[in-house]
Amino acid sequence: MSTRLACGGRLIDRRAPRTFSFNGKKMRGFLGDTLASALLANDQMLVGRSFKYHRPRGIVAAGPEEPNALVGLGTGSRFEPNQRVTTTELFDGLTATSQNHWPSLEFDVGVVNNYAARFLPGGFYYKTFIHPRFAWKHVFEPIIRRSAGLGKAPIDRDADRYEQAYDFADILVIGGGIAGLQAALVAGRSGARVLVLEQTAHWGGRAPVDEVEIDGLTAGEWIDNAVQELEGMENVTLRLRTMGAGVYDHGYVLAEEKIADHSPADGRPRKRLWRIRAAKVIAAQGAIERPLSFAGNDVPGVMLAGSVRDFVVNHAVAPGDRTVVVTNNDDAYRTAILLVEAGLSVPAVLDARPVADGELPRRARAMGIRVETGRAIAAVKGGKRVTGVATCAQAGQGAVLETVACDSVAMSGGWSPVVHLWSHCGGKLIWDEANAHFRPDPDRPPTGQDGQGMVVTAGSASGALTADAVLADATQAAGGGNVPQATVPQEAPVAAIWVMPQGAGPDLRAKMWLDYQNDVKVSDVQLAAREGYTSVEHTKRYTTLGMATDQGKLSNINGLAVLSQALSIDIPQVGTTTFRPPYTPVTIGALAGEARDEIFQPLRRTPIHEWHETHDVEWEPVGLWRRPYCYRHPGETSHQAVMREVSNTRKNVGLLDASTLGKIIVKGPDAGRFLDMLYTNMMSTLPVGKCRYGLMCNEQGFLSDDGVVARIDDETWLCHTTSGGADRIHAWMEDWLQCEWWDWQVFTANVTEQFAQVAVVGPNARKLLEKLGGMDVSKETLPFMQWQDGTLGGFRARVYRISFSGELSYEIAVPANEGRAFWDACVAAGAELGAMPYGTECLHVMRAEKGFIMIGDETDGTVIPQDLNLAWAISKKKADYLGKRGQERAFLASPDRWKLVGLETLDGSVLEDGAYAPGEGRNANGQRNTQGRVTSTYHSPTLGRGIAMGLVLRGPERMGEVIEFTKLDGTLTKAKIVDQVFYDKEGAKQDV
Amino acid sequence: MLFEGFAKVADAGPVGMITLRAKPGAALDAALGTVPGQRQIAGNVAWMSPDEYLIFVPYADAAAKITELDAALVGIHHLAVDVSDSRAVFDITGPKAADVLSKLMPVDFRTLPVGEIRRSRAGQVAAAVWRHEDGFRLFCFRSVARYVFGLLSHSAQPGSEI
Amino acid sequence: MLILECPHCGIRAEETELSPGGEAHLKRFGPGSSDQEFEDYMFARKNPKGVHFERWRHAYGCGKWFIAARCTATLEVFGTYPAQTAEPPQHIIDAVKTRRPGWEGYK
Repeated sequence: MSTRLACGGRLIDRRAPRTFSFNGKKMRGFLGDTLASALLANDQMLVGRSFKYHRPRGIVAAGPEEPNALVGLGTGSRFEPNQRVTTTELFDGLTATSQNHWPSLEFDVGVVNNYAARFLPGGFYYKTFIHPRFAWKHVFEPIIRRSAGLGKAPIDRDADRYEQAYDFADILVIGGGIAGLQAALVAGRSGARVLVLEQTAHWGGRAPVDEVEIDGLTAGEWIDNAVQELEGMENVTLRLRTMGAGVYDHGYVLAEEKIADHSPADGRPRKRLWRIRAAKVIAAQGAIERPLSFAGNDVPGVMLAGSVRDFVVNHAVAPGDRTVVVTNNDDAYRTAILLVEAGLSVPAVLDARPVADGELPRRARAMGIRVETGRAIAAVKGGKRVTGVATCAQAGQGAVLETVACDSVAMSGGWSPVVHLWSHCGGKLIWDEANAHFRPDPDRPPTGQDGQGMVVTAGSASGALTADAVLADATQAAGGGNVPQATVPQEAPVAAIWVMPQGAGPDLRAKMWLDYQNDVKVSDVQLAAREGYTSVEHTKRYTTLGMATDQGKLSNINGLAVLSQALSIDIPQVGTTTFRPPYTPVTIGALAGEARDEIFQPLRRTPIHEWHETHDVEWEPVGLWRRPYCYRHPGETSHQAVMREVSNTRKNVGLLDASTLGKIIVKGPDAGRFLDMLYTNMMSTLPVGKCRYGLMCNEQGFLSDDGVVARIDDETWLCHTTSGGADRIHAWMEDWLQCEWWDWQVFTANVTEQFAQVAVVGPNARKLLEKLGGMDVSKETLPFMQWQDGTLGGFRARVYRISFSGELSYEIAVPANEGRAFWDACVAAGAELGAMPYGTECLHVMRAEKGFIMIGDETDGTVIPQDLNLAWAISKKKADYLGKRGQERAFLASPDRWKLVGLETLDGSVLEDGAYAPGEGRNANGQRNTQGRVTSTYHSPTLGRGIAMGLVLRGPERMGEVIEFTKLDGTLTKAKIVDQVFYDKEGAKQDV
Repeated sequence: MLFEGFAKVADAGPVGMITLRAKPGAALDAALGTVPGQRQIAGNVAWMSPDEYLIFVPYADAAAKITELDAALVGIHHLAVDVSDSRAVFDITGPKAADVLSKLMPVDFRTLPVGEIRRSRAGQVAAAVWRHEDGFRLFCFRSVARYVFGLLSHSAQPGSEI
Repeated sequence: MLILECPHCGIRAEETELSPGGEAHLKRFGPGSSDQEFEDYMFARKNPKGVHFERWRHAYGCGKWFIAARCTATLEVFGTYPAQTAEPPQHIIDAVKTRRPGWEGYK
């Protein structure tokens, strides 16, 4: 069984007990435990079921590479699935539940998949369930979805707060082991601005576990000194619990800081996503030990040898009483030595190499540990827990030599550098024959803005596997200097052994797990190779090797070694799959950061926003603005409210908050010439004091925006744009002024938000303004399509006589800070005149009654002004304007265009928005041809019937013709093609 | 609007602001007195781009100042326009004020000198920030004032010190 | 995420402060141009793998347009310069040639 040792445990504090629960069972641990060490201390080796076969699975590793031990952490609004117990710090009240089993962890019905494994080989879903076709959707998929998978998604709203932050560094060191600390010391002493990140809560990495001596000090002492020196440097910042997740272009690095994972609800944000820009990244993430592939290597109790040491030294937890060590290298002997020194039993070290006479094996033998060379594991005994191993010769086919009773197995297949951060942005790898691993190729680094390498690796991440080499490499990586001296035992080379025994037959290979998390076995990869998946990327996708939350941290090298053997090519020729960020999973909350609830997205408010909010408003999003769609009186539907607003505005007077309208000042000696290029009509000839409606097109000739332009003075024009178009059109103007006509003397300024703008619309509009008083707004002084500055009701105002409704209408701009007060004054002055506010939908109905187009309704980026019968707004005199050449293209000049017309249903009903008019015949795809579509459609309270505008093939030539439009229910509606102006065709009402 | 977290976030109230667009030269020097260098604030004038300046005046004086500028620059191509109402202004103060802003803006506040105005982005909107002796002053568009205040107060929550 | 130095305000701006504007140094063809000329102006883009000149606006900063010479394959930046020029300035051409001796020129 796994137990807590009586003494030791450098990270735990035995005076600080912590209670937690696993699957409802109360357990105890200590401050400084990980959830993994605490579970093991409670003899809870079985922690989950595998993805596909639902096999019992235990803790394999002690760090972020853990593939098996994923649990659901927390409850309710703080529940999070798929959390690795090896990286979860223990705290009082921690609640963990195991995943992927039913009904219980101990007894899981899904384990039948294990016995049906024959039917679930690599790529099974591509072939096993193909026939009959219908069965996939209705039978196979639901069953597979239920039985496969990891944790369940949280249901409740996340109760925690997250945030992001930016940081900058000359040198960013990722990894706080001795390599990272040494690199940081060298860089820090040079005066560079250094940022050091360590994913765990402790500095020093694995050096203290392996009892390294540096400069005559213990590793622990050396680390304490290093951290103390670094903390004393102004130019160095140290961050624990911060995982370097990804390296991106130009030295951009994302890192995730766990702030309050280990102290939930303490008022701090749970996580912070760091967005770091570094001139140089030193990746010192260490190395990860590889498993060995032998039959039953997934039985709970089989662990990585280095991880066994981690648990013993760091947490005083022994994964077993009797541990068999199986290895292809010298490093694993450290585990055997440590366990025996801790008073535990090591019945045998099985070394697959023919000879083991390095310093560590010699020391082990001297301690009386039985060392068997040329040996392998034929099979692991046990189901939910290791009970023993059957040994065999590595050279043979697995004939059992003896059975050794044990309750845990410590395996080591050698160490692979963590190359993720090196590789994310294109750093290349080379195969290191001596160490049997891929390591960064220093000659082919990822390059940055200046074309030079932007990432260097340090220590084990470079492939340096002993402390002396690690410190030398780290010193070099940071620019060179004095190398601290580490004393290390000589190690004999690792043997490139991946599968044991060498000649294992199909039965054994089908029980050798490569990827624990995805249940991929040696036999699956070999099958993929036989079926022609020669590319490692294809094999990955076919077998799912190296996918999911661990992204193949343990399985990658073993998998491609097996693939290379199956393909009879060298490992370097097989290559690796692509390393993509993040290094370990990042919580989505951290990616979202502050962007949720009220500040999920900027919401633009007009100066009159609060008034609307308190007056029964129904909002409509317009870009990021919120505009009143209508104001619903008690008991009204939205439609009834809109109808009332239209009728009241046409009969009395309506008030519209038009503040969102874009307003751009264009000034300069060349401003007129510039606007003549920008608009399709002439703006240079507009007299001071007057307004003119104008259209803007893109260079292809398609209509992009419209609005009224006012000439302010000799050199100054004010251009109104659509509500959503202000920033875009301002940018458009600046683009042409800066990049094409930079010698023209024109300045622009976007003053949209400087003004609140109120439209006073309807027969009583003038009376309302007269009531406010202060300006002569008579027809004679302020005729239609003119503007004037003045003081209206005490407010500094610019009054435009423009109309988008066909009624007598004024638009009044006042300084934004006075907008609300001005609106209140209008509401008060209008009270006895029947004034009511109206929203965007009323505006739409009224403009449609008048046949006015709306950008985004009548236009969709493929419509030219000529299609909309707006040729009158296109100057014939101008040699050029933006879009003129585009409009001359043959297909735009063709008479066979869809052009704007009015549409009147024969039965008075309202056509459906966007409905198409089917035409004669069918197209090449067998679909009905179309001859038009509805662009705007409303019920007009003024006319008491449905009205619409639409684009119809040669529409204006077909006045009076009846065509049909589709409805969602599949039937057709008949509509007559009519003039687009339904109301006051002569324009008499607006010009009074 | 006021939020007191580990730093103080306060609405600065109405500030008179004039956007002046003009090319540098003798006429501009004469009109402004001091023309600040790239990204600098000199006196009450901030450099916004090679042909754009922001002039701070008491809120009530904006119109008069524009008249004055127009007179001083007569015959010189320029545009002076009142933008006082189109902006919201926040003061962020306290020893850790920079931490609040580092959560929102891709700006290195450790190297941003006093007297520099930095135009950038706060969360999802445009913002300019000016470091002065007593803290930071942040400018954004008025329509997103509540959003920016929300960002600032979220970032200044007690317990979220960096 | 790229960093480009804005030549107008001197800020080393990260990409989120910038908005892209596509290939630089296009010659505008208006009324009177042939269909071929207009098509080339409107639609034909070089899209090279390698040295590329492209327009960027410091949208969240000073608002000015500039041009960046960079390698689309490695993202190496050879230099940035104000957009008020019909052709890349000599020092940019020199910088590109130093780093890419085999480069055939921007046209």
